[in-house]
Amino acid sequence: MPQPGKPLFLARRSYRRRRLMDAARLLPVLGVVLILLPALWVPAQTPAPDTGRGGIYLFAVWIALIVAAFAIARGLGPVLDAEELPEQGARDPLGTPD
Amino acid sequence: MGFNSLVAVCLAYVIMLFAVAFMAERRARRSRLRFLRSPWIYTLSLSIYCTAWTFYGAVGYAARSGLEFLVIYLGPTLVFVGWWWLLRKLVRIGRTHRITSIADLISSRYGKSNALGVIVTLMSVVAATPYIALQLQSVTLSFDAFAARSPEGWALPDQGATALWIAGGLALFTILFGTRNLDANERHHGVVTAIALEAVVKLVALIAVGVFVVWGLGGGPVDMLARIDASPIAEWPLQPGRFAGLTFVSAAAVLTLPRMFQVLVVENVDERHLATASWAFPGYLMLMSLFVVPIAVMGLELMPEGSNPDLFVLTLPLSQGQGTLALLAFLGGFSSATSMVIVAAIALATMVSNHIVTPLWLALRRASTRAPGDVRGLVLISRRLSIIGVLSMGYMYYRLSGGSEALAAIGLIAFVGAAQVLPALLGGIFWRGATHVGAMTGLLIGFAIWAYTLFLPSVGDAGLLPQSVLQSGPFGIGWLRPHALFGIAGLDPILHALFWSLLFNALAFLIFSMLSFPGPLERLQGVAFVNVFDQSPAARSWAQGGVEAEDLLSMAQRILGAREAQHFFQTQASAQGKEGFLPDTTSPFIARLERKLAGSVGAATAHAMIAQLTGGSAVSMQDLIAVADETAEAKEYSATLEAKSEELARVARALRDANDKLRDLSVQKDSFLSQISHELRTPMTSIRAFSEILMEPDLPDALRAQYAEIIHEEARRLTRLLDDLLDLSVLENRGVQLNISVVNLHDLLNRALQSASSTRPERAFRIERDFPTEHMPVFTDTDRLVQVFINLISNARKYCDSEHPVLRIEVRKRGKRVQIDFIDNGAGIAKHSQKLIFEKFARLTDESRAGSAGLGLAICREIMANLGGTIDYLPGQGGAAFRVSLPLRRGREVGAN
Amino acid sequence: MTQRRVLLIEDEPHIAEAIRFILTRAGWAVSVLDDGAQAFARIAGDPPDAVILDLMLPGRSGLEILADLRADSQLQALPVLMLSARGQGRDREAAERAGATAFLAKPFANADVLERLDAITGGGTTACRAHA
Repeated sequence: MPQPGKPLFLARRSYRRRRLMDAARLLPVLGVVLILLPALWVPAQTPAPDTGRGGIYLFAVWIALIVAAFAIARGLGPVLDAEELPEQGARDPLGTPD
Repeated sequence: MGFNSLVAVCLAYVIMLFAVAFMAERRARRSRLRFLRSPWIYTLSLSIYCTAWTFYGAVGYAARSGLEFLVIYLGPTLVFVGWWWLLRKLVRIGRTHRITSIADLISSRYGKSNALGVIVTLMSVVAATPYIALQLQSVTLSFDAFAARSPEGWALPDQGATALWIAGGLALFTILFGTRNLDANERHHGVVTAIALEAVVKLVALIAVGVFVVWGLGGGPVDMLARIDASPIAEWPLQPGRFAGLTFVSAAAVLTLPRMFQVLVVENVDERHLATASWAFPGYLMLMSLFVVPIAVMGLELMPEGSNPDLFVLTLPLSQGQGTLALLAFLGGFSSATSMVIVAAIALATMVSNHIVTPLWLALRRASTRAPGDVRGLVLISRRLSIIGVLSMGYMYYRLSGGSEALAAIGLIAFVGAAQVLPALLGGIFWRGATHVGAMTGLLIGFAIWAYTLFLPSVGDAGLLPQSVLQSGPFGIGWLRPHALFGIAGLDPILHALFWSLLFNALAFLIFSMLSFPGPLERLQGVAFVNVFDQSPAARSWAQGGVEAEDLLSMAQRILGAREAQHFFQTQASAQGKEGFLPDTTSPFIARLERKLAGSVGAATAHAMIAQLTGGSAVSMQDLIAVADETAEAKEYSATLEAKSEELARVARALRDANDKLRDLSVQKDSFLSQISHELRTPMTSIRAFSEILMEPDLPDALRAQYAEIIHEEARRLTRLLDDLLDLSVLENRGVQLNISVVNLHDLLNRALQSASSTRPERAFRIERDFPTEHMPVFTDTDRLVQVFINLISNARKYCDSEHPVLRIEVRKRGKRVQIDFIDNGAGIAKHSQKLIFEKFARLTDESRAGSAGLGLAICREIMANLGGTIDYLPGQGGAAFRVSLPLRRGREVGAN
Repeated sequence: MTQRRVLLIEDEPHIAEAIRFILTRAGWAVSVLDDGAQAFARIAGDPPDAVILDLMLPGRSGLEILADLRADSQLQALPVLMLSARGQGRDREAAERAGATAFLAKPFANADVLERLDAITGGGTTACRAHA
C-alpha cells in the first residue's frame, strides 16, 4: 500500500538520472534554437543599433548553456564513475609494468 | 622596447615551455599522473581551437562584420554541451579501438581500409597547410607591429627570416616532445601540458587587453555599450544563411580538424574529463570572445584610418604607450600560434607516417622477407620527417601567398575543408549501413568541390585558377563557375562552397552506402563502432591457430619496444593462467594485441601486420552471427555465457599445464636416480680402468704419467659433481647462508666474463654491453650472483652455434629491481624444451657429451630464488636469451621458506 | 693370421682411451668413433669383426644403432658388446631385447672387456647365446 502523501516510485534516483541524460541530449537542440533566434529578428532591418543588444543576448544564452551543462555534468558524474572504474586497471594508458 | 629584448622575451618564453614539457614528461615517466590527468589540463589543451586566428583575427572579424565572429565559438559550444550524445561516443570509440588520428578512425571504421586513411590524410594536410601559414604570418605581423611602433625605430629583418626561425623552432619542439615515445598509447604529456600553459597565457593576455580597453579607455561597461552603439559596427548586418552555416561549420570543425581530434580524442586519458570540459571549454571560449567587440570598437575609434584591425589587440595598447600590456598581448598571440602549429604538426605527422609511410614500407618489405624489421625506428623517423615536411609546406605557402591580408578567410577555408570528413564520421558511428564505398565517394566528391570552389581560388593573390575560369567557368561553361555552381550566383563564397560540397558529399555517402555491400570485417567494425557502449570491445576477427606466440612477440617488440611488448605478453599469459611470456594464441588475445599495436601504428597497419603473420584475416562464422544477431538480450546472454566459458577455459588451461608439469616432473624424478648413477659411474669407469692399467709393471713412464693425469682429472670431476649435488640440495631447502655485500654490477659482470672466458677459449666471442647502464650498486650475495652469470655466459660460449657468436648483455633498472638479459645469436632453445631447461639433469640434447651434468641452470634457478630474484628464458629474441631479475637490495635474512 | 678388428663407439674420450689401450695390447685393431649418428654408415661401409657400443651417445642412442644393425640382413649376426653406465637391470634387459650379443656395466674390470669380446667373437655358438 502506498503511504498517503508519498507517491509510490521505485528506483527514484536512476529515474532521475535517465531524465538527466535526456536533458543532456536536448541541451544542444535548445542551444541551436536560441542561437539562431536573432536570424528571425532580422536585425539589419530594424532602425536601432543592434550590436550591443545582440551581443548581450548571445552572451546571456552562452552563459545559460554553460550553467546548464555544468549542472548536467555534475548530475551525470556518478554514472561516468561507475562506467569508468572497472576498466581502469586494464587500460592504464601508460601501461607501466612496475 | 628593442627588437633584441623582444626576441629575448620570446626565447625566455620558449625555454619555459621546453622546461614545462620536459618536467611533464618526467612526471609521466615516473607514473605521477595525478596532475597530468586533471580534467583542467584536458580542457585547457582543447583551447588550441583558439589559434592566432582567434587571438588577432576575431577582433579584425568583428571590426569588419560585427557579431558574426561569435558563431565560430558558439558552434563548438553546442557540440560540447551536447557531449553526452556525440563526444562521449567518439572518445569511447577512440579509447576502445586505440585510435591514433581522425584518418585512423575513418580507416578503422570502414574495414581498416588504408585507402580511406590515405584520402583523409591528404585532405587534412592540404586543408591545414594554409592554416599553418596563417599562424606563421600572424607571428611575423606581430613582430612587425612592434617594429613600426618602436621608439628606437629598429628595422625588422627580413620577414621571411622571422617566419623561418619560428617554423624551425616549432619543428624542433614538436619533434622533441611529439615523437619521443611511440608506445605510450600515442599520448604526449609534455606537449599537452605545455599547451595548457599556453592556453592560460593567451586567455590572460586577451582578458588583460580587454579590461584595459573597457575600463582604461572606454570608461566602464555602460560607457562601452554606448560607444558600441555609436561605432561603425553598431548595425548588425545579420545574414541568416551565413549565420547558420558558419555555426554549423564551426561545430563540425571542432570534431574533424585533425588537431582538435588529437587533443579531444587521442590525448584523452579519462572519459570523465569530458564532463568537466562540457561546460569549462564553452566557458573558456566565452571568456576569449567577451572583449572582442569592445577592442574592435575602441580600435576603430582610436586607431588611424587604414590600420589593420587584425592587429588591434597589439597595436591598441602600443598606441596608448602600454608597452608591458602589448608585450603580454604579443606573448598571447605567440602562444596561440605556436600551440596550434605544434599539435597540428603532431596530428598530421601521425597520419602521414601511419597511413602513408609505414604501409608503403611494409609493402616494399613484404616482397623480400616475411618478418618486417625495426618498425619502431621507421615510424619515429617518418614522424619526424613528416613534422618537418608539414612545417616546410606551411612556410612555403606563407612565402608563396605573400601574406594575404584577412586572417578570417583562411581560417574558414580550412574549416570547410575539414568539415568534409563529417558525413563519414557521423555516419560511421551512428549508422551501421555506412560503407567503405560510400565514405570514399562522399569524401572524394566533397573534397573536390571544396578544392574547386574555395581552396584553389584562394591560393595566393590571384588564385591557382585562371581568371577566365573564375569569370565564366571552365571552357566557358557558365554553370561550372567556381563561385556560382549551377548558376546560383550571389551567394557568399564560403556558404556557397559549404552548401554544395557537403550536400554532394552527404548524398554520395548515403546513396553509395545503400547501394554497396560491406565486407565482413567492415560489418564487424561497423557494429563495434555503432554499439560501442553495449559491447565488450573484443571484435573477434582472428581465426585461431596457425601462428606462434613467439613470432607475434618478436613482431610486437619491433613496434612497441621490448619492455612494453614483453609486459603485455606476460600479462596476457597470466590472464590465461599461464606462466612465462607466451600466451596461447587465442583469437581474443590476437584481437587485443592488434588493438595494442593499432595504438602505435594505426588500425590498418596493425591489421596488415598481424594478417601477415597469421596468414590472412579470417572472419569466423561466429563473428558473422554476432553481426547478424541484433537483439540485445541475445547479446547479453551470450556475453554471460562467454564470460563463463572463458573462465572455465582458463581454469582448464591452468589445470592442464599443472598436470603436464607434474607428469614431466615424475618422469624426471624417475630418471633422476639413473641420471645420478650415470654421472657418477662415467668418471668412475675411467678411474677404475686406468688404475688397473697403472697396476701393470711394464708400462712406459710417459703413458704412466698421462694415465695418472686422467685419473686425477676424473676424480676432480667426480668431486665437482658431488659438490653440485650438495649445493643444489642445500639451495633447494633454502638453507643457504647468504653472504650479503655491496658490489658494482659492472664489476661483477667483468668478473663473470673473465672467469667464463676459459670455456671453449678458442672461440672468438663478441660481447656487446652498454657500460653506462651497468653502473649501479647491488646488495646481494655477490659470489652466488657471479656464479649465475658465469653459468649463463659459459652456456652461451658452449652452445651458441652461430658462426660469429655474439653475446649481448642488457641491464635495466626497474624500480627497486634490476634486470640483466643475456642474449646470444645462436639458434635458441626449442619451445618444448624452454620449460624443462631449469630442471635437474635436463639437457638440450638427450645425450650430452659436454662433460657437465646438466645441473647448471637448476642451480642458477635455486640461487636466484635464494637471492629473492628469478631467472627466466626469454623467447623471441632471435637466440637463446635468459633474463635474470633480482632486487637491488637483498635483505640479510636467510631465504624465505 | 689377420688381425681381428673391433669398432669402439664411445663418446667419453677417457673411457675410449682406456678400452683402446687394453684391446690394442691384446692384439686387436681398434678404431674409435664418438658419435652415434655416423655409426651405422661406418659399420655398414666396412664391417669389423665386433662392435663395442655405448648405450648413451650423442646423435643416435646405442639401442637405436643396434636395432638398425639387427634389421640389416648383412649385419644381423655381427657381434655387439653393449656398455652402459646407468647400470640398472632395465638397461641390460633393453640391450638384450634389442639384440646385443653381450652386455657390460660400467665401471668394469679390464679383464672382463677382453673376456667378453673373446667370448662373442670366439665361435659361432657363443654369438647366438644372447638371442636365446
